This record gives sequence, structure tokens and C-alpha cells, in this order.
Amino acid sequence: MTEAAAPVLEIRNLCKSFGALRATDDLSLELRPGEIHALIGPNGAGKSTLIAQIAGALKPDSGTIRFLGRDVTGLGVVARARLGLGRTFQISALAMEHTVLQNAVLGAIGAGGGAYRFFVPALGMPALVARAREALERVGLEDLAAMRTAELSHGQRRQLEMAVALTLKPRAFLLDEPMAGLGADGSRKLTEFLDGLRREAPILLVEHDMDAVFALADRISVLVYGRIIATGSVDEIRAHPEVRRAYLGDGA
Amino acid sequence: MRRERLINAALLLALLAVPLWAWAADEPFTITLATRVAILALAGVGLNIALGLGGLVSLGHAIFFGIGGYAMGILASHAQDHAPLLESPLLIEGTKSMPVIWLVAVIASALAALVIGVLSLRTSGVYFIMITLAFGQMFFFFAVSWPAYGGEDGLSIYVRNEFPGLNTLDPIQFFALCFALLAGALLLNARLARAPFGLALSAARQNEARVQSVGIDSFRLRLVAFTISGAITGLAGALFADLNRFVSPAMFSWQTSGEIMIFVILGGVGRLFGPVAGAALFILLEHFLGGLSEYWHVFLGLLLLGVVLFARGGLIGTLAGREVAHD
Ligand SMILES: Nc1ncnc2c1ncn2[C@@H]1O[C@H](COP(=O)(O)OP(=O)(O)O)[C@@H](O)[C@H]1O
Ligand SMILES: [Mg+2]
Repeated sequence: MTEAAAPVLEIRNLCKSFGALRATDDLSLELRPGEIHALIGPNGAGKSTLIAQIAGALKPDSGTIRFLGRDVTGLGVVARARLGLGRTFQISALAMEHTVLQNAVLGAIGAGGGAYRFFVPALGMPALVARAREALERVGLEDLAAMRTAELSHGQRRQLEMAVALTLKPRAFLLDEPMAGLGADGSRKLTEFLDGLRREAPILLVEHDMDAVFALADRISVLVYGRIIATGSVDEIRAHPEVRRAYLGDGA
Repeated sequence: MRRERLINAALLLALLAVPLWAWAADEPFTITLATRVAILALAGVGLNIALGLGGLVSLGHAIFFGIGGYAMGILASHAQDHAPLLESPLLIEGTKSMPVIWLVAVIASALAALVIGVLSLRTSGVYFIMITLAFGQMFFFFAVSWPAYGGEDGLSIYVRNEFPGLNTLDPIQFFALCFALLAGALLLNARLARAPFGLALSAARQNEARVQSVGIDSFRLRLVAFTISGAITGLAGALFADLNRFVSPAMFSWQTSGEIMIFVILGGVGRLFGPVAGAALFILLEHFLGGLSEYWHVFLGLLLLGVVLFARGGLIGTLAGREVAHD
């Protein structure tokens, strides 16, 4: 993680308003190779709105987003996913009637660009299934591969979200509160997992679980009312007076 | 899954056995009823790909049914009048050959579905229903006001079209053709549903954001599905017109769209054999209740209400239980 390495993701002067509400207010941020960059902030600060703009689901009013050195501001979700942006949703977005394996295979289909095959069973294609199973194994869902997704617990759905993102072998991860509702044990496992994952691709991590953030983050940005009020290392953020006042609450 | 397969096999066998029995017993009218079931089921298979797999609630599938019908009517009427469709810049003549008519019906309805899909698939929910309905009405009024091909009165064909090696005037042989096409469409549908395309399409029905975020364009998926769907319903339209040796704007009417949708729902939306079960039920009700009372549609409505309220999987779902994901 040298300072000189070109950022994987570079956000410049991004603005987005909903009516009078400035959800993203002249926001600049970068994600560097190999790092976990945590984005913290109170509810309603605009974290999910930012993730949606980076993923291409929401159009910013102004500003630019560069990914892998390329201006992607004008591209949609599909094109950005193809370039290598892998995301998980704050509220699980999965095909609930499908099995766990089918959801993971969907990711593999997207990654291989082979959605327009009409006659071969998807679950009969060894390359797709192998890729899907490998991802399920990494998050610990391999035993539930044949289960209907609707029957998964909340935590297992979060794991499946993660697995689908892994099948894409993305160049950067956007994770929106992956620990939410996982419980202590689940959070600890996921923390361990993300710690290794950063070597594959950098992670922009939106997270409320401060233990996880302080354990994982190379850098932290603090978002309040759509503005980044501070960016720095774990120690810098812990010590930052404005952050303590605005977010962590003074005794933290 | 195993139970559903058994039910499917039984349905297919029954659809084959009844007309064969009728043939042996010299009951041509029963063969015609079975042929109607096969043709309507084929139209339903088309709709079911859009509706069941893709979640596209189209109230405009009569468009494709009608285009198929008019493809047959126009080509055959030119052939029987010995008047070419077009003389310059190139000569296009009518034809009585079913394979050619089918090809034209499939291509024309696929093209129509492609264009209508491009214009309507950006919308969803009620807007999509309304747009497809509106397109249907456009085609209906166009057919009504097109005097060259019979206008309101429609077009009659004196002799059924020909298929190489068969005598299509023989009801059982024409039934065999329709049955074979239905079986082919069912096979295609079964393949499609399990292929990467079908998996992505049905995932897009369940959660569009999920599909988009793995880099698959849901609009394109739906457009391709809608086109395939329209092509199959168009083929059914050509057969339906050939069965009746008659085509009229009624094939384009919104009632036709509604009826196709009703029997797909009765049979089971998204179930492979839903359209077959639904079409059979529809024809049986029409035949028996229609003989008892002019108001048989009231019973049909009550039945539909019952299915929608109490049996979401339709007839197939009620008999076979909840759908189990393929593995
Ligand atoms: N589509 C929208 N329309 C209007 N307001 C929105 C919309 N999406 C988010 N907001 C508002 O923008 C603010 C930021 O929301 P969000 O990004 O979800 O916050 P966070 O993820 O940090 O909790 C909130 O006040 C929210 O109500
Ligand atoms: Mg949020």
C-alpha cells in the first residue's frame, strides 16, 4: 500500500441532492490497491447513497467517478459490474426462489458473460458450477448449496451476498454494512475473512460495527450530512476531535 | 419435482390418447377439440416464457397470435386467388405450404415482439400491462380497417394448407402436426428454463438489482425472452387460423390476450405444463359449460378467482405441490 500507487477508485467532488437534502456534498475519496477503506457515519449520513452512485445505480448531480483509471461516471450498473466492481447490498438482493447454488451460479454467468446460452443446463456447466461452489465454500455455505434462498437465515443471506460478489472476481469491492445482523460470532468470522480479501481487491467498507472497522481499516473516512469530515488512519480518526464530537460521542 | 413430471407425462399422454381414441371411434369433432387444446397450449407456452419465467405481464399477446393468423390468411388467400402479393421490385407469391407459412408467422411475430419490446420493456407493472394492451388495440383496429384482407369480416381459406407427405385435411394428421409443434415448444421451454439464459431471466424477475449488479443487462434478457415468447404465440396463431380456415380481427382482440393469460394462470404460471393443463381445462369448460349456458364465462371467472385466491400454482401447482428448484 504505497502512497504512489494509482487509486483503483477515485471519486472527485461528487454531489447528489434529493430535493433540498444534500445526500452527497462535494465528496472526494479514493480507494487504493490493497486497502480496506472504511466509511463510517451516522444513519442517514449518505453512505448507501454514495455506494449506489459508485455502483452506477444512482446518477450523481455533478462530480466524477474514475475506476481503474477510467472515467465511469456515465456508465450504468451493468457496465461497471463488467469492469470489475463487485457490490453487496445493505438489504440482501437475492433471487429468493432460487437455490443458494443457483444464486452463486448467476454470478458466475455474469462473470463469464454467458447469459445468452439457451440449451445447456446452467447447473450442468462445470466451469460455472465450480466457480460458484468455490465462492460458497469461501463463505462457508457449501453445505447449504441446495437450499432455497428464502429459507436462509438473515446472516446466511449476507454470506450468500458476499459469495455472489466473489464469483465475479472483482477488481474492487463495495460492501454496504456486511456485518449488520450477523451476531458476534458471524462478525468475527467475516472480519477475519475480509482481512484476507483485501489482498485480492481493495474494499470500500460501509460498516457500523466499530470493532470490525478498527480491526480492519487501513484508512477511515467519516461521513456526516453527506460530507467527509475526516479521513485518516484508525489512530488519527480515534483522536480526531471533530469526529469524537460528531460521531463517536465524547467518551469514545 | 418427480410428482410434477408424472403429472406432465400423464397430461401429454392424455392429449395424445384422447384424439387417437376419437380417431378409432370415428369422432372427428373430439379430434378437433384436442387440436384446439394443442394450439392454445402452444400459444400459452409462448406467453408463459414471458410471464412465468420473465414476470412480464403482457396483455398484448393477441398481437402475435393475430400476426400468425394473418400470415397464414394473407399467404394462403393470395395462393388460392393466384394473385401475387408483390410484383415489383421482386415477385412474392402466396403459398399453401405450412412450413413456409410457419416460418413467415414466426419471423413476423418475432419482429413485432422485438419492436414492441424495445418500446415497452423499460416500463414495468401496470404501465407495461397498459402499453401492451394499447399495442394490441392498435393492431386490432388496423386489421378491422384493412379492406384488402377482409376488414371486419376477416378472411376465409377454402382448403387447409399443405404439409409435405401428410394429408392435412385428415383431422388426426393435422392434430399430429400441432401436437408435434407443441411438444417441440415444451422441450424448448424446458431447456430454456434451465439454461443460463433462463436462470438469469427468472432471477431478474425475482430481483432485478441482483442481476444487473453481476453485469447482466436485464432489459436485454427480457427483450430476448419477449421475442421468443412472441414467436411461439405467433406460430400458434398460424395453426389456429389453419384449423378454422378463417382469420379475423378477433384474433387481435384484447379478449384473446385475456383468454391466453387466463388459461395460463388456471394451469399454473411458470409451470412447464401450466399452459397445457390450462388450455385443456379451458376447452373442456367451454365445451361442456358452454353447452349448458351462454354465461359459462361467469363460471370461468369464478374458477379464475378461486385459483388466484387459493391456488397460486394453478392446476399444476395444486396437483404437484410447490415448485422445487431444479438441480
Ligand atoms: N431515493 C431517495 N429519495 C429521497 N431521499 C433519499 C433517497 N435515498 C436516500 N435518501 C435520503 O438521503 C439520506 C442519506 O441516506 P442513506 O444514503 O441511505 O444513508 P446511510 O446509508 O448513511 O444511512 C437520508 O436522509 C435518506 O432519507
Ligand atoms: Mg445505508
